[in-house]
Amino acid sequence: MRKLIRTVLLVDLLRGLWVTLRNQHPKHIYTEQYPAQRPKVAERFRGAPRLNINPDTGETLCIGCNLCALACPENLIVVGTERDPKTNRKVLTTFTYDTSRCMFCGLCEDACPVDALELTQDFELASYTREGQIWDRQMLEEGPRPTQYKS
Amino acid sequence: MAGSTFLDSSELVLNMGPQHPSTHGVLRVILKLDGEKVIGTECVIGYLHRGVEKIGENRTYVQFAPYVDRMDYVAAVSNGLGYCLAVEKLLSVEAPPRAQVTRVILTELNRIASHLLWLGTHALDIGAITPLFYTLREREEVLKIFEKYCGARLTTHAFRIGGLQYELYDGFEEDVAKFCDMFLPKVDEYEELLTDNRIWVERLKGVGILTAEQCKAYGVTGPVLRAAGVAWDLRKAQPYSGYEQYDFDIPIRQNGDTFDRYIVRMEEMRQSVRIIRQALERIEPGPIMAKVPKVIKPPVGEVYVSIEAPKGELGYFIVSDGSTQPYRVRVRPPSFVNLQALDQMCRGALVADVVAIIGTIDIVLGEVDR
Repeated sequence: MRKLIRTVLLVDLLRGLWVTLRNQHPKHIYTEQYPAQRPKVAERFRGAPRLNINPDTGETLCIGCNLCALACPENLIVVGTERDPKTNRKVLTTFTYDTSRCMFCGLCEDACPVDALELTQDFELASYTREGQIWDRQMLEEGPRPTQYKS
Repeated sequence: MAGSTFLDSSELVLNMGPQHPSTHGVLRVILKLDGEKVIGTECVIGYLHRGVEKIGENRTYVQFAPYVDRMDYVAAVSNGLGYCLAVEKLLSVEAPPRAQVTRVILTELNRIASHLLWLGTHALDIGAITPLFYTLREREEVLKIFEKYCGARLTTHAFRIGGLQYELYDGFEEDVAKFCDMFLPKVDEYEELLTDNRIWVERLKGVGILTAEQCKAYGVTGPVLRAAGVAWDLRKAQPYSGYEQYDFDIPIRQNGDTFDRYIVRMEEMRQSVRIIRQALERIEPGPIMAKVPKVIKPPVGEVYVSIEAPKGELGYFIVSDGSTQPYRVRVRPPSFVNLQALDQMCRGALVADVVAIIGTIDIVLGEVDR
């Protein structure tokens, strides 16, 4: 009998409706208005790669040890070095990083012994061409260069 | 029938998927229908096949770890745990206690996140749109904790062989405790929306029944098995990562229908919160990485390790030939095995129930096809 009354009075449906009604309060708005409102990603976020330079001297921190290239599961890092004839030390010449194949696992970052290669908080990696996804040394050090278009 | 034409026959073969919104990915099911009734089904899988097991043979042990996250991408942390445990067993090392407790917290959070996504999409399939927004809202909190901890939200790569790469961030305990406090009332809220709702009950009760014997015959594990009345949970049956120290119950139900699976998963989320709360008290200072050689070269041998992933038993079978790369990696994904029972569950059901049944198995096609 009680069940019948509850069925007729739609108690179950009204209880559910009350839940949705409670959640109408503006404090329950979670939508992020993305381009206007930029999300703040965590400190450990793994995004765009960066090759750090020494802020005092402007020289690269990379010692060209090739450990990041060996650690990478996708083999997307190519490190080019040459030996300095005077000091007989390895000097970095080129560094390419293919972000189109990168899965941002962070293994290259972990492998780096001098904290030169780093995955930063920058997460906007879109590009108009596939070639634009392959970052060279300059791009890795200074950040991506926006393309200038003329009308 | 003599003299009948094909028009007299009411049998119809219908393709459902791979681009069907309620097949939860790219599953293609060939349905043989008699009017509205399903006579038989056949799953065509492999649409999302990427050859993960083959990739494993061409990567070192450390390099393969990010790939396992991409199988069951809804529960990437559990996948990572299973793989790390398997390689650790090959190497005969054990993660330090602090790492183990952190692993338990993160995998249980991941279980909640996985079940939340399941609940939202399953309810959406049935026609209840509201729970999806609520569940994704709560799941976001879990993903935020993941992002703060390891830098990624979905394909986390949180664990390393031998322990953890990242130390807990400042305020991790508070974040997790806050989530637990916030989350339990929310589960009640979902139940208020769904459990008594007459449409929900009518659509789910008695649909897709799988008895305990059938479950065992098909090798079905996870909440589907527990809803059929078998209290089988690898966290209790073969404890790993120190699960034997935690006090929690295995929720079981007897009918083995879609509604019972829903109830079991809801209860599992509450139990996960219980485990997380106990684990939070067990965090103690200490190392997070066991002594693992820099170049991982396990001795020749083979190992099978299985864990209780949110969807069921997730097993890794690794054969080592003593080199830096595995000779063979075989994954026993819960979704793949559970999906094989689809035909049994669908026979005699209606087309609309097929959607409910696919939803209730909780498959992730990344894991089915690998």
